[in-house]
Amino acid sequence: MTAIEVQGLHKAYGDRKVVDGVSFDVGEGEIFGILGPNGAGKTTTVECVAGLRTPDEGLVRVCGYDPVAQRAEVTRVLGVQLQESELQAKLTVREALDLYASFYERPADRQELAERLGLLPHLRTRFGKLSGGQKQRLFIALALIGNPRVVVLDELTTGLDPRARREAWSLVESVRAGGVTVLLVTHFMEEAQRLCDRIAVIDRGRVAALDTPDGLIGRSSTAKEISFAARTPLDPADLRALPGAAGVETREGRTVVHGTDETVDAFVSLLARRGVTAGQLRVSDATLDDAFLDLTGADLR
Amino acid sequence: MSAATATRSVLRTEARLFAREPGSLFWVMVSPTVLLVILGLIPSFQEASDDLGGRRVIDLYVPVAVLFALIMSGLQAMPPVLAGYRERGILRRMSTTPVRPGALLTAQLALHAAAALASALLVIAAGRLAFGVALPENLPGYALALLLAVAGGLALGGAVCAVSRTQKIATAVGSAVFFPTMFTAGVWVPVQAMPDTVQRIVQLTPFGAASQALDTAASGGWPGWAALTVTGVWTVVLTAASVRWFRWQ
Repeated sequence: MTAIEVQGLHKAYGDRKVVDGVSFDVGEGEIFGILGPNGAGKTTTVECVAGLRTPDEGLVRVCGYDPVAQRAEVTRVLGVQLQESELQAKLTVREALDLYASFYERPADRQELAERLGLLPHLRTRFGKLSGGQKQRLFIALALIGNPRVVVLDELTTGLDPRARREAWSLVESVRAGGVTVLLVTHFMEEAQRLCDRIAVIDRGRVAALDTPDGLIGRSSTAKEISFAARTPLDPADLRALPGAAGVETREGRTVVHGTDETVDAFVSLLARRGVTAGQLRVSDATLDDAFLDLTGADLR
Repeated sequence: MSAATATRSVLRTEARLFAREPGSLFWVMVSPTVLLVILGLIPSFQEASDDLGGRRVIDLYVPVAVLFALIMSGLQAMPPVLAGYRERGILRRMSTTPVRPGALLTAQLALHAAAALASALLVIAAGRLAFGVALPENLPGYALALLLAVAGGLALGGAVCAVSRTQKIATAVGSAVFFPTMFTAGVWVPVQAMPDTVQRIVQLTPFGAASQALDTAASGGWPGWAALTVTGVWTVVLTAASVRWFRWQ
């Protein structure tokens, strides 16, 4: 069963093409990440899914419903946490939960939700007086209050401190454990790597890659990094000739070779053949960061 | 829950929030009566004047203070609230739920209309009790003119909100429109005391016409169709403009 279906989505603001042919499917119960640099079209894509914008072209379905033509049906199955969206400053947490619960036929248990999100001590606090993390947790609560089948979380952990961020992550995992499909928009690599089953990397309005986090890393041209301090110099030409080697450089007196698993094997045999001892040999996996850089040429950090 | 339940809970929540704004409450609910009482305390304003056809200045100021209440509510209090709801994404947030964000606007319009009417009744009661100003003689006519003027005030506020991109701009535009509107409602010089030419021009404005309609109904006549039509046409035009130019985000 497909929870979200996006096919050939296009959206332009004036002459500026923001989304230029994005397609992906999100399976039921999946945590699906949308990763991309600022201005890549992530939020616009998600706004089309949430029915906040009408696509210029393409098809969007949420649990089989069209977010524009079947808006009422979509709002009943989809919970949304939006970027840059606030509540009335003088509304208390309890009032916000009560108000939003009244919008749905079978709302979630407010008390339980507030407890799970650590909002119980703040029920009487007005929205304007909440900290960034507390506001974010309230938004998650409001996204979940209608017992949705799918939730969209846009930049969920932006502005949270590391501890609050980790708490938000376990929360997302527990939401999924409850059978809810999660569409997560993020620009944090660690978040995407830790939470997502699959990730669509969006760059300049297009899907640059779509895979599991491991798959994306493996796809990177530099999946492995071999670094060592050679006691006897090795000919750089030999290193460059290693199968799968993508590049050789010298960094702080150490030689660094970028390559694949195959490169690592060949490197070890090369050392043996030449009888060279490589001091402080380190082989490290590329991270999602590296893969991302490779795919988009953009640096997120 | 049903749409009616949701609409009720939006209204209840917005009413609570409205009650948490002491500034708005004072200007909408209290200040018009305060204005009337201060003017009424000037001794000469309580003396019948031949220039005003044997009426007292305070008699003319009751409808003026009533209009002042409507202007405060529709033009000063409401636009910043609506523009702020839009600017801070509150309308957008609500549009992702089964409830349409229009429910929020409707609730705000209803609350400001109710506050304006309550304030108007307070002015009329204070005029009667403190200064012996006669109650409106033609009650249905007065009620009709009053409701039309309330609608006009809200439509004007709605239009201000529609053309203003941010809350700050809405407040500024609201204030800019506020002063001429107060003039036409007769806050500085009651419309009936204005020179003829000015009076004729002012009676083509929504509140100038409303002032005339209220005055006629207060003294027992049926408000003239001309005056009601002017306020009515303004209300329709301003409402259409608000709907046409309002942006949800």
